[in-house]
Amino acid sequence: MSLNLLYTDVEDDLRSSVRDLVAARSEPNTVLGIYDGDRSVVDPLWRAIAGDLGLAGLLIPEERGGAGASAREAAVVLEELGRSVAPVPFLTSSVVATTVLLAAAPGGAADELLAGLAAGERTAALVLPLSAGPGEESPAFSAEEGRISGSARSVAGAIEADVLLVPVATAGGTAVYAVAAADARIEPVVSLDMTRQLADVTLEGVAGQELLGAGEGGDAVRRGLEVGAALLTSEQYGVAQWCLTTTIAYLKDRRQFGRVVGGYQALKHRLADLYAAVESAGAAARYAAAATADEDPETVVATAVAQSFCSDVAVKAAEEAVQLHGGIGMTWEHPAHLYLKRAKADQIALGTPAAHRARLAELVDLPAPAPVG
Amino acid sequence: MTATDARTVGEDLRQRVADFLAEHDHTTMERLDFLRARYDAGLAWVNFPAGHGGLGLPRAFQTQVDAQFAAAGAPDNNPRGNGIGLGMAAPTILAFGTEEQKEKFLRPLWTGEQIWCQLFSEPGAGSDLAAVSTRAVREGGDWVVNGQKVWTSGAHKAQMAILVARTNPEVAKHAGLSYFLCNMDAPGVDVRPLRQITGEAEFNEVFLTDVHVPDSQRLGDEGQGWKVATATLNNERVAIGGGGGGRESGMVGVLARTWREHPERRGAGQHDKLMRLWVDAEVARMTGQRLRQKLAVGEPGPEGSAMKLTFARIAQEASGMELELLGEEGLRFSDWTMKRPQHVDFTGRDAGYRYLRAKGNSIEGGTSEILRNVISERVLGLPSEPRVDTGIAWKDLPR
Repeated sequence: MSLNLLYTDVEDDLRSSVRDLVAARSEPNTVLGIYDGDRSVVDPLWRAIAGDLGLAGLLIPEERGGAGASAREAAVVLEELGRSVAPVPFLTSSVVATTVLLAAAPGGAADELLAGLAAGERTAALVLPLSAGPGEESPAFSAEEGRISGSARSVAGAIEADVLLVPVATAGGTAVYAVAAADARIEPVVSLDMTRQLADVTLEGVAGQELLGAGEGGDAVRRGLEVGAALLTSEQYGVAQWCLTTTIAYLKDRRQFGRVVGGYQALKHRLADLYAAVESAGAAARYAAAATADEDPETVVATAVAQSFCSDVAVKAAEEAVQLHGGIGMTWEHPAHLYLKRAKADQIALGTPAAHRARLAELVDLPAPAPVG
Repeated sequence: MTATDARTVGEDLRQRVADFLAEHDHTTMERLDFLRARYDAGLAWVNFPAGHGGLGLPRAFQTQVDAQFAAAGAPDNNPRGNGIGLGMAAPTILAFGTEEQKEKFLRPLWTGEQIWCQLFSEPGAGSDLAAVSTRAVREGGDWVVNGQKVWTSGAHKAQMAILVARTNPEVAKHAGLSYFLCNMDAPGVDVRPLRQITGEAEFNEVFLTDVHVPDSQRLGDEGQGWKVATATLNNERVAIGGGGGGRESGMVGVLARTWREHPERRGAGQHDKLMRLWVDAEVARMTGQRLRQKLAVGEPGPEGSAMKLTFARIAQEASGMELELLGEEGLRFSDWTMKRPQHVDFTGRDAGYRYLRAKGNSIEGGTSEILRNVISERVLGLPSEPRVDTGIAWKDLPR
């Protein structure tokens, strides 16, 4: 039987609770304040999502303190967080960092941290640039007698995290250490997308605890980035959906030359094309989530396909939203730019579409031309 | 249906097919007898109701049944030879037909005893299909039909046709149409080949002169023709664009094979384009899969139009790129001789044919431009095009 690409009743219920909560606590106008330095919306919203709704533990099995759900449910959450450009570290902590930690065998040092994450009491971040995709995870940190040094630029989720997962280069491969965020120098940077604000992270001989040894850390990090890349596409789908529906609603309302502008064929046809693209992005994202949840052998291909496709569709949808809103779309006041900035940053995050296509080319035996000379 | 239910149903169905195969030896039976028996056992199209070749199951189970028959080496109903019948006429007859009509037409349609064609488009009614001027006038128990149809695929080998004709010119154009099932061997049906840019003639012009269609072969009410035709067209768009094949089953698969076979022709710019098309095709496959899951119980709506839009664009870009990739070889064409193809295969023949035939993909079954109107108006709810023909009797429309 092929993968179920529809939503179950449980997933629909989950969607409603996330949507209600985000609508009550995070209007686009309050999110906008982040661009002017007011991050007061972040903590209460994240506490409510992670703790009150218990979503931080979705990917964590019940026996390790979590909800024992799957990538399908996490993807639904991300659709809603994308639709609302919610400024919470769900992707970085509850998906990427959590997936890395889940590679650690039960009974070890990672258990306590996983339990804390599942309870919504802890927040973690993997210390790699947000742009790093699967296969681009070369660590920039080294350890000497348990003391870790190095730096990474443009790390997502570090500002919100209390614990950092640091990939460390060792002779035997990549190991993963946990470091208290309080011991690191975390410098927030002015980011293209302030709703997922980045930071430069520097460690200077900081004490860390090894969670994954050299034999397993590299695979765990790669798996974290794979799952992150697969599920980011659901966020991109959410972003694209908001852009499409908001633009349609506006074009049904806005009048020029005595007509609703949505009646002009030049605009109708653009929206029809955008609808086809967004629907397709929904199928691709759902496929990637379902494949990830089932540990389907096609998951890596499905992820690369969805990343290549959904990244560009989200950007296209946001660009069309700005353009088709006309003058108002260019204003600070209208939320379209929040989505444009998220979409553009998401396109680069966890591997660019071109990087995923290059990966895909090898996976499906469509080799690039041999280099000249 | 839960996953557990689906598994149980799937297992029951597998057993049912196995039992049928045990009782019917296709190696000794006449092909047609075998197909008729399969129909009568409800294993023809399992989503159809019992008594009409099906079991009332979700459409998704059909693949399993077809695969099981194929694995046993059983003859099939040559579905490629009767695309219009299976993809368009059958679902429309099922939705709008009387019990007698379903009884009479569905079985020979499925077995392939009767091939169907579609008498819809006219020289003056293409995108504006509701403007058809072929007239049907009641005469006793019959309708007498006069007019000219065009773009009729397979009319030269069809025994039956679905026909849209004007039964009342005194009312607005959409309200004056009726839908008929027309015998192609009736006196007055004249089929003439229409040669296409490929050199072949898979299409025809069909001239209808005093053709008698019994009223018992009217599908739906008099004046309801537009509604019935819309159901056919929605099915057509899914049939053309919905795919259902596996990875690399379409035009991009052909292009990918060419890429693999010709390392010497690969270029960096082409590689990027190839990968984008490959991704687009794979996403279209997933989108089709999801659409079919949504459709498991219902009938196709206008959403299928988006699939067809995407399908046409990919087929055209991929076939164009393949010719370019072939370089010097792409300058040659296999054969311009006028032929009547037995069936149409978009990905068949040679690269030049594929490139030219793909041009039709954005025209047949609704142009891409009309489909964008359909999506924007009927899916997205945007205003209709301003019309000059509303509320005016068809006979008074400006021409």
